[in-house]
Amino acid sequence: MSIHQTNSPFGEGDEQRLWDYIDGLSSPSEKTVIEQLLEANAEWKAKYHELLDVHQLMQSSELEQPSMRFTKNVMDEIARLQIAPATRSYINNNIIRGIGLFFISIIIGFIIYGIGQLDLDWSSSGKSVIPVDLSKVNYSRFFNNTWVNAFMIVNIVAGLFLLDRFLANKRKKFTE
Amino acid sequence: MLTGLNDNEIISKVLGGDQQAYALLVDRYQRYVFTLTLRFVKTREDAEEVAQDVFIKVYRSLADFRGASKFSTWLYTIVNTTCITFLRKKKLETHSLDNEKVFEAADSIDSGMRANLVEQKSRVAMVNKAIQLLNTDDAEILTLFYKGEQTLDEIAAILAIEPNTAKVRLHRARTRLKDKMEIHFAEEVKDIL
Repeated sequence: MSIHQTNSPFGEGDEQRLWDYIDGLSSPSEKTVIEQLLEANAEWKAKYHELLDVHQLMQSSELEQPSMRFTKNVMDEIARLQIAPATRSYINNNIIRGIGLFFISIIIGFIIYGIGQLDLDWSSSGKSVIPVDLSKVNYSRFFNNTWVNAFMIVNIVAGLFLLDRFLANKRKKFTE
Repeated sequence: MLTGLNDNEIISKVLGGDQQAYALLVDRYQRYVFTLTLRFVKTREDAEEVAQDVFIKVYRSLADFRGASKFSTWLYTIVNTTCITFLRKKKLETHSLDNEKVFEAADSIDSGMRANLVEQKSRVAMVNKAIQLLNTDDAEILTLFYKGEQTLDEIAAILAIEPNTAKVRLHRARTRLKDKMEIHFAEEVKDIL
């Protein structure tokens, strides 16, 4: 959106832009655009002052005070306690990796077993780049069990979840 | 003077066996923690109990603080989880804007507060009362941003949400606060602003 679009009604997106401006989160170019809008557009100016009032009111709010004995009560309680050892000192990373390896082995084993169960016609002509005629693969042998299906779905969902996290991290790095 | 030490230096002292140094951290953050717990728990007695519980948990887990974030960010994460656990245990009603009953409750709080507010006539009192009318999530995020000195990224870490979600939630919380003030404190807002 630019300064030229000053006649369009003030929307929620514009309010978010003004909050970003007030919070100092606007980019330099966006800051310039908003400053121009504030000078040229009365509606923007009025809204800005309205939001700024809320902002300043929030800044003027005060913290609550607990009772006078608060610190003493806490210190009395912790006098009987000891600091627990750091989690990292008793969680062995090798055990975590071992568990991961175990599950990966199960998945690989399952895949190898599945491939071993396929009825493949290895003597067919070698015209295809892939030495397997996919039309002859008996998929029902793979997916003839509810539990196997459930297992596959869980794996697919987990895979999609990991992909989503991976892409989200990439996007975050890209936008920074 | 120990009071001149920063948070990490105090933590090092406590981890080194100086238990009394922990009182400095409690003194430093008790108002922040108590204010945040009051956003979840509506009575001061319960809020104080939860706040104490937070500091005890923090002491027990102090060795787990790696210094990767600010101590306050780590502390507020514990405040957040402790308050949620407390509410689950007690099955207290949390205030939600989507619930009609809450509007009634808010109105009753409002009418009780109004008399008091006329006497105080201060912007601070009005803002604090308006925050009390908000739901827990809104009140918490506003407190973290304005009083907890947390950035949006830090708030996102505390609440276990994406920074952009934190930004949107903060925006909506401010809008709802503005609406609340306009509805319940229209006259006071005119006088103050």
